[in-house]
Amino acid sequence: MSMIQYLWLIPTLPLLAAALTAIAKQPQRRFAATLAIASMSLALVLSCIALTVALQHWGHGEPEHQVYNFRWFQFGDNHWLELGWVLDPLTAVMLVMVSFVGLLIFIYSTGYMAQDENFTRFFCFLSLFAAAMLGVVIANNLLLLFICWELVGLTSYLLIGFWYHKPAAAAAAKKAFITTRIGDLALLLGMVWLYSQSGTLLFYNGGKGCLEQTALLKLVTQTTSIGVAVSTGIALLIFCGAIGKSGQVPLHVWLPDAMEGPTPVSALIHAATMVAAGVFLVARVYPLMGAPATLVADHAEVVSTALRAVTWVGAITALFAATIAVAQSDIKRILAYSTVSQLGFMMIGLGVGGVAVGMFHLITHAFFKALLFMGAGSVIHGCHEEQDIRCMGGLRKFMPITFATYAIGMLALSGFPLLFSGFWSKDEILHHAHTWSVSHWPFYMGVVGALLTAFYMTRQVFYVFFGNCRLTLGKTTTSEQRTVAHGGATAKEHPHVELSSEPHESPLVMTAPLMVLAFFSVTLGFIGTPAWPWFQAFLEGKQLVSAPGKLMEGGILSVMGLSTIVVFAGIGLGYWLYGRKPVPASQQPDPIERLWPDVFYLLKRKYFVDEIYDWAVVGLNRRWAQACDWLDRWVWNGAVQIISYLTVVLSWANRVFDEKVVNLGFDEGCEGVSLGARLMSKLQNGRIQNYLRTIGLALAILVLILIWGCHAQ
Amino acid sequence: MNTIPILTIITFLPLAGGLIVMGLPSSQSKVARGLALAFSLIALALGLGLWRQFQPASGSLQFEEGPLQWIPTLAVQYHVGVDGLGLLMVLLTALVVPMAVLASWKIEDRAPLYFGLVLLLQSGLFGTFTALNFFHWFIFWELSLIPAFFLIKLWGGPLRTPAATQFFIYTMVGSVTLLMAFLAIFLVVHEFDFIKLAEMGRNGTLISELSNQLGWRDLTTRRLALVLFGGAFLGFAVKTPLMPFHTWLPSAYAEAPTGTTMLLTGLMSKMGVYGFLRILVPIFPQEMVWLSKWLLVLAVVTIVFSAGAAFAQRDLKRIFAYSSINHLGYCLLGTFAVISSGSATSAPLVEKAAALNGVFLQMFNHGLTAAVLFWFVGILQERAHGLRGIEDFGGLRKVAPVLCGLMGIALFSSLGLPGLNGFIGEFLIFKGAFPLVTWAATLSVLGLLITAVFILTVAQKVFHGPLNQKWSSLPDLTSTERAWLLPAFALIFVLGIYPQAILGVVNSTVVQMVAHLNF
Repeated sequence: MSMIQYLWLIPTLPLLAAALTAIAKQPQRRFAATLAIASMSLALVLSCIALTVALQHWGHGEPEHQVYNFRWFQFGDNHWLELGWVLDPLTAVMLVMVSFVGLLIFIYSTGYMAQDENFTRFFCFLSLFAAAMLGVVIANNLLLLFICWELVGLTSYLLIGFWYHKPAAAAAAKKAFITTRIGDLALLLGMVWLYSQSGTLLFYNGGKGCLEQTALLKLVTQTTSIGVAVSTGIALLIFCGAIGKSGQVPLHVWLPDAMEGPTPVSALIHAATMVAAGVFLVARVYPLMGAPATLVADHAEVVSTALRAVTWVGAITALFAATIAVAQSDIKRILAYSTVSQLGFMMIGLGVGGVAVGMFHLITHAFFKALLFMGAGSVIHGCHEEQDIRCMGGLRKFMPITFATYAIGMLALSGFPLLFSGFWSKDEILHHAHTWSVSHWPFYMGVVGALLTAFYMTRQVFYVFFGNCRLTLGKTTTSEQRTVAHGGATAKEHPHVELSSEPHESPLVMTAPLMVLAFFSVTLGFIGTPAWPWFQAFLEGKQLVSAPGKLMEGGILSVMGLSTIVVFAGIGLGYWLYGRKPVPASQQPDPIERLWPDVFYLLKRKYFVDEIYDWAVVGLNRRWAQACDWLDRWVWNGAVQIISYLTVVLSWANRVFDEKVVNLGFDEGCEGVSLGARLMSKLQNGRIQNYLRTIGLALAILVLILIWGCHAQ
Repeated sequence: MNTIPILTIITFLPLAGGLIVMGLPSSQSKVARGLALAFSLIALALGLGLWRQFQPASGSLQFEEGPLQWIPTLAVQYHVGVDGLGLLMVLLTALVVPMAVLASWKIEDRAPLYFGLVLLLQSGLFGTFTALNFFHWFIFWELSLIPAFFLIKLWGGPLRTPAATQFFIYTMVGSVTLLMAFLAIFLVVHEFDFIKLAEMGRNGTLISELSNQLGWRDLTTRRLALVLFGGAFLGFAVKTPLMPFHTWLPSAYAEAPTGTTMLLTGLMSKMGVYGFLRILVPIFPQEMVWLSKWLLVLAVVTIVFSAGAAFAQRDLKRIFAYSSINHLGYCLLGTFAVISSGSATSAPLVEKAAALNGVFLQMFNHGLTAAVLFWFVGILQERAHGLRGIEDFGGLRKVAPVLCGLMGIALFSSLGLPGLNGFIGEFLIFKGAFPLVTWAATLSVLGLLITAVFILTVAQKVFHGPLNQKWSSLPDLTSTERAWLLPAFALIFVLGIYPQAILGVVNSTVVQMVAHLNF
């Protein structure tokens, strides 16, 4: 059997699970969870088969794209819109990552959501998400990718707003959908533009696809009216979609708010997979992004405008979000800003180094960020829905497994040297940024970002796991909201609230996935070291050359040394501020707040971006709507009313004219007629004697006339 | 070719049915609605039969009857037939009317009259979508107006009288100018047949004949043509509606009873777009090219401003009324984009075909989705004792998960979510419009964005948040209602995944239209 023909099964399995769960009843929890996990396991198995198939096709020179295309609908004389799926190293790697991380998070969710009344619906949405995400990954057509991309956005909306009774969750869901839709509409325009220019949306189609030589050459040579190449315009529009989905500045505002969703959702969608879809999109259309350098050999050194944009947006995001993360106090929001920042790193990687560099960080990040989020979920669960790190503390004694795995995740994210995967993938990015021909600034920004990453993660870990336990129960807003909204069933749904007041370790169903992820957070780095760049070689379809000596090369070694110093500096600074003395009590100001209250306030309020958007964008939209409404009520409708009044006035004037002018003469005449008529009518009053009298009189006169006449003759 | 006059049957069956139902004594509401449903279902069956018999490979007219002489001195003939466009509209009519009948199931007040009028309206619509002679067509065009007027006027909400009057007079003004334009044309060419008029329009004889024989007040050829075009244009611009000729719509939609609103938005608004495609574009192609820039401006204004106005509304019905204007704006954007490029080389042919296919698809899908949405508003309103303000609800998902889930699907279909029916139409319109008129397509994207904003605001205010305690015992959808809604939702999904079901029917017609436009 040829795998490519059956690739569609991978997203279809979770889709079927979602459809079946959708019609399941609320109490059928076991059915929903089993179905979701079974479908995801099967998808994982198939993904692994797909990976082995891709490995067998590991060519030398160019990555091989196996495709399966089919017709969807026809328009025009003889034009069919074709859809299809593709199996290449990029697809294979993403498939395995998404289905594996997804499966672990599904398992974890059975523990985390065990007490939720809408358990079945949760698994329905999760399965739908997995289906859409896997669809994005296998799509060989930008339209199919866009369709799945939007469905991913829909499930993200549904899952962020899963606790819909919380107004904040409902608002966050809406914000996420609309913010990403801004980018998506640019993507839509880029897509229709690409379609009209290249005549197809298939990525690969045996030389006729839009990412292949012929089409790209056409795109590169044409210029738009504003002077840029068509390929650049299209690439930038497509990148706007990635900005929205991957939470890049300036469309990053939805991602931290998305933390209103259940934590497994944050782990799966808003850390590991969906937000990486933007990065994946850029990687998928990389030939277009990089054109003309990806096409013509003599342009190989030219960095395309689109890739410059990718790099700069990534660099700004990486630094910007990292600074905000320093001053947050919600355990999930810190991780959310960290995700935004790391996505920025991936963008830098794509911009300066190519697909393999960005994708390597995407894959390693997916594992350790999912680990961190699920660890955070475990912490939140153990602390009875507490999310404020200032109110935690000392948890390493109560939840040792969570602590150990969280620490591994934290070290991986910080890029702790040699042992952890984050070090290798981030180092790749920094190394390529260092050698970027355009500017050194992205490198410096990345280095500062890396420093801050190590710092804020250390801060968080010290707040959460060290010092004294500052947990006070039952006073947090989050738990209150959940309790209230869940109605009177609190005691039944949250038995532990009543039973124990101490933080507790989570059940095995939650900690086991943590341990698996922790294992990969360490080991995954070794598949892409400079000494043995298996991952990069596989993605680029090149021959694998293992060169242990490369580690000692000047450029590589110095960047590695620098990033090591940076990581130690970050961790050391964090220790110096938060670890030396016990973390202050929950009401006391943060150490940085004591040092620079203004800076801390600015960071804590996220540079007031939300407020500015609220004022500018949301306000503008509202005013615009009011203007439209006003225009409708007063101008358009007013014009109609005026016309109708004019008509009425005209008719009235007409009537007056009729009655007073035209009818005047007519009426005079009528008067005469009517007078005569009145007289005449007197004659016809119906009295027989009058008639007889008249007849008699007339007869007499007639007789007299006749007689007189006869005599005259 | 076809011996059974099926189009005549499908047109006059609801007319007969309507007269029978109206004749029932007013106490017989059960019989009335049962009969009305039966007649509309027979019409649906006939429509499906038409669909099965239709030859999709041919873009020309099928099931043609006539032309039979009717009033020979006035060139009035009985001539009916459908191409892909006509068939699509007949199918939509056949589909939405039973839905509207079901949505009106609880009407007890003068039920025989109500359901009789609905059937008369259906007959008018069928006639409009099949007639090929102006005179004949115009009779049905007006015939559909009268039942609609009475449906609003007699069964509407508190402000029904002004709404109905405004609706009637507004549409009437448009009809009168339309009629005058065609009378002027008749005076010159003694022809009412759409196909022959279209031929004259294409080869330019219409314009030259007009100026030869109708030298009004020394108007130049171009001016004269534009005046006549303007008259005809107004009729369709009001009906569709195109901003700024739309002000009758929000109040008419809001005041009409649920079933009638479904007919108004699902079907009668399509009459306007149909008129553009069947009459204006073929008969006045040159005038449309002259004015294409301004027409595009109007379409963009319609799209963006109506979306904005929808966001400012607080009444669910008014929100969806403006949203309806917005969606039809995309149809007109596609149409005007196609016409704007006039006769160009063969390269954009596929873009024109894409845009027109998108327009057809959008017409059908908007008819379906908007009807379902207004149906849901009716369901909500009935449960909430007449309330339908966006702020009147909150947290309904808690008590009515199925109602909210299904209405949510309809909302997302209206938003144009891929995978549901609304998306491919919009995609094709933008796919065609972007290369043809980039500025208009780019600006219109704003409409898509604002649509997302107000659709999600509706979901947020009505479904989400804490439950409004007033509705703590609001009943969920009954199993009957679910069964009634099921076919509509099946279609929403099927057409989202398999748009070829419709495109396969209309594409040949589109190709022919595009070829004709390249005069």
